[in-house]
Amino acid sequence: MFRIDRRFIQNFDWVTFFTIIVISIIGIMTIFSATRQPGDAPQASFYIKQIVWLLISICALIVIVSFDYIWLGRIALPLYVTGILLLVIVLVSGRTGMGAQRWLSLGFFSFQPSEFFKLMFIIMLASYYSLSREALHATALLRVFFMIVFLPFLLLFKQPDLGTAIVVFLIFSSVSLAKGFQRKLLVTLILIGLVSLPFVGNIAWTGLKDYQKNRLIAFIDPQADPTGIGYHINQSKVAIGSGEFSGKGYLKGTQGPFRFLPEKHTDFIFAVFAEEWGFMGSFFLLVLYFILLVRGLDTARKAKDDFGRLLALGITFMFAIYFFVNTGMTLGIMPVVGIPLPFMSYGGTALLSNFISAGVLINIRTRRFSLFY
Amino acid sequence: MQTEKTGAEKIIFISYLLIAGFVVVLLRLWQLQVLQGSELRKISESNRLRVIGVPAPRGIIFDRNRVPLVKNTPYFCASVIPQEFNKGSIAALSQLLNISEPELYDRITRKAASPFTPVRLREGLSFSEVSVIEARRSDFPGLLIEVETSREYMYGSVGSHLIGYLGKLNPAQSTDPSFKDVPPEAFIGQWGVEKLYDKTLRGTAGQRIIEVDAVGREIRLLYETAPVKGADLDLSIDIALQREAEKAFEGRAGALVALKTDTGEVLGLVSSPSFDPNQFAKGINYNDWKALMEDKKIPMLNRAIQSQYPPGSTFKILTAIAALEEGAIDTGTKAECRGGLSYGKWRFGCWQKKGHGIVSIHRALVESCDVFFYETGKRVGFDKVHDYAVKLGLGAETGIELGRERKGLIPNSAWKLETKKSAWFLGETFINSIGQGYVSATPIQLAVMMSAVANGGSVYKPLILKDTAPELVRKVELRQETLEIVRDALKGVVNESGGTGAASRSSMATVGGKTGTAQVVGLRKDSKYLSEKFRDHAWFVSFAPVEKPEIAMSVFVEHGGHGGSAAAPIAKKALEAYLLPQEKKKELLNVQN
Repeated sequence: MFRIDRRFIQNFDWVTFFTIIVISIIGIMTIFSATRQPGDAPQASFYIKQIVWLLISICALIVIVSFDYIWLGRIALPLYVTGILLLVIVLVSGRTGMGAQRWLSLGFFSFQPSEFFKLMFIIMLASYYSLSREALHATALLRVFFMIVFLPFLLLFKQPDLGTAIVVFLIFSSVSLAKGFQRKLLVTLILIGLVSLPFVGNIAWTGLKDYQKNRLIAFIDPQADPTGIGYHINQSKVAIGSGEFSGKGYLKGTQGPFRFLPEKHTDFIFAVFAEEWGFMGSFFLLVLYFILLVRGLDTARKAKDDFGRLLALGITFMFAIYFFVNTGMTLGIMPVVGIPLPFMSYGGTALLSNFISAGVLINIRTRRFSLFY
Repeated sequence: MQTEKTGAEKIIFISYLLIAGFVVVLLRLWQLQVLQGSELRKISESNRLRVIGVPAPRGIIFDRNRVPLVKNTPYFCASVIPQEFNKGSIAALSQLLNISEPELYDRITRKAASPFTPVRLREGLSFSEVSVIEARRSDFPGLLIEVETSREYMYGSVGSHLIGYLGKLNPAQSTDPSFKDVPPEAFIGQWGVEKLYDKTLRGTAGQRIIEVDAVGREIRLLYETAPVKGADLDLSIDIALQREAEKAFEGRAGALVALKTDTGEVLGLVSSPSFDPNQFAKGINYNDWKALMEDKKIPMLNRAIQSQYPPGSTFKILTAIAALEEGAIDTGTKAECRGGLSYGKWRFGCWQKKGHGIVSIHRALVESCDVFFYETGKRVGFDKVHDYAVKLGLGAETGIELGRERKGLIPNSAWKLETKKSAWFLGETFINSIGQGYVSATPIQLAVMMSAVANGGSVYKPLILKDTAPELVRKVELRQETLEIVRDALKGVVNESGGTGAASRSSMATVGGKTGTAQVVGLRKDSKYLSEKFRDHAWFVSFAPVEKPEIAMSVFVEHGGHGGSAAAPIAKKALEAYLLPQEKKKELLNVQN
């Protein structure tokens, strides 16, 4: 398994690797800036913790890259079952934080099982879809939905971790689309979607918690009540806009450290970055994410088998969904759902899980030539 | 049917979607950071930066002898910045400030100039309340404690019509560009000198620009400009005179105006009853305001310049001057008074029913003989009397800066033809010559007239600030002989036996004066038995010292009865307070303060 030779080094996906390292370092710098207390020393815990987590994550990535991803397909089912069990445990005995039960305490540290579950879910999906080369027909899709998607979706919704629930659903939809639908199924689904849209909206509305509803209202009209529910979005837009073209300069941002911006080092970290680095800096950051995503798609295209292809697509879709939902939220063009920006936001579990996912991507690319291994 | 072969095309399609997504994010960034950037930058600055006005101490108002009439005392207020306030904590704030929840909600949500402008919630907090609020400040983002100064009027109601009071901007003022620098909760002069010289007294507010965090805690001071204290004002009034005069009214309605004869400076301006400007200093409450407005004695009316009544016998001074100047009479001219005069079927009585016997100009003024002045008026003609009265300051505003001054009325035949469409009758000459009938004047006009007679014919505009250049309205050319005859007679009014103004005689200076009684009803009855509202109005005009006049005065007491008994003693008290040496004045003010 641990065959690290010259060809491995040559084929290693350095582009993805360096891209996520650079994004993570930018993230740590931004966390440092966002959590500094005006007048006092920065809150050491946040950025130091993130550095430690980054080192752990890099190690984890190396471990993931070192064995052939084919193995993941073989243990897909046990992994998936473990993931579901973790979600159940969280629901039963998890620690409640910020109105949601997402954390599992292991004594020395807490982590969010839902972060890891996404990857397990993608592996499961890719593994199942790679069993057959046929395009999906109605019964197949329904089978997958009820066997793989429905239960975790329900568990996540119940936590409630609406963000992850939506991401899981979007990953399922996009990977299934990538797998390919039979034309009849595609047409039927579009028709059903159009007809049921109002009902789904209604059910979703009554099933949402108040703060989730408020976020949606606030998204629709953030100016309606600047001190109330739209506060986050407005302050985020103000932070980003006030960066103007060239930014206020590193450590010169005020919206975050002065606490106008909530969740400045987690969900709204992009706003803090954009305030200090302006349009120029934001553009550079976008280019990094673009490289990461396009590289992920390219990895999928070059993958040696269906499992690798679907796995790479699922992971790339996951990154893309996170990226667009998060930036869309901070830019005020999408509802506020508590989703972090991959590799940037503060949060050890998320960073680790993102590095592991990226590790899988690198693994697929590194082992794209079946000949060598 | 889609198969594996289309995988690559599908990935290219997904790439296009990805590019489209990035373009959307990029466009939005361009919109926020480049197109709306400077606007959002401003919002972020106002988020972070707070401009705190540092009110300038208002200028102090002194009397002519540098006695301070007002002082500034600091007090605390609670305000809130609506933009930063979390409406969820209204209930808790309501308890803290002791304001009902609906009222609090209303005040915070009412449209302000900007959501960053603090809204005043409570004023005049005690020190212990301030410390309780300070301790809980962090629970209420946007809550501020502000320091304001209030104006204390040290002599209360004394001179309030002149000094005035402060109030908040009224709705008309708050949209007036000349008040744009005034913070919404600040007090500005709304009456009297406080209003007239508001800009001078106000000074220039300073500014502190501080950096704050989201709960409004000060992080550091970025910029500071010190406030510039408003300029002090020296009023022309003598607070000792003013206070003694007001006291002498004993609550009766009336007015007193004292002028410096050589400059026109107002030494005292009393309108009784007056009001206490301290009631306004921290914002008057509705009931007090209503009580002031509904008071039958109308304390808010400045009687010194706004009430006009027939001047009664004080007008005889003018009839005498006109007749002497025009040569209609001289010191040798005599008339016999048998208590009245018949003209056609009418009879014109003298107040002294027994009659004054044979009198000349001197005794006629001293004893205020009506019959002599009927005759005098007839000889010179009332049109001539009108001309002198107008030249000496009657029938037109004196020009005192307080505003809303009344003009009074001095009639002549042309006026009568125009307004009454009829010719002037001799009978009207009779009664107008003794200051009844159409003639009317305000207390300040009679003081100006008295001052001009005392100083030899100079009519000055009454000035309310000390050390301003005198403004001569006109110099009336009067013969020295005329002036001497009149002044001598006026001295007699006060100092000779049988003089009607004896009650104003003073040991401190020789006083000259003239009493007057303005009839309220035509029918003459013994005033003692008349209910107050039918009693005549009392007048007394005077000047002192006769040898070298310094001060001229007019006193008016509404329904006071006779000028000699009601008005003259007030003039005496005011004069004597004025004449006190400086140290004695200070003593007087201190003792009774």
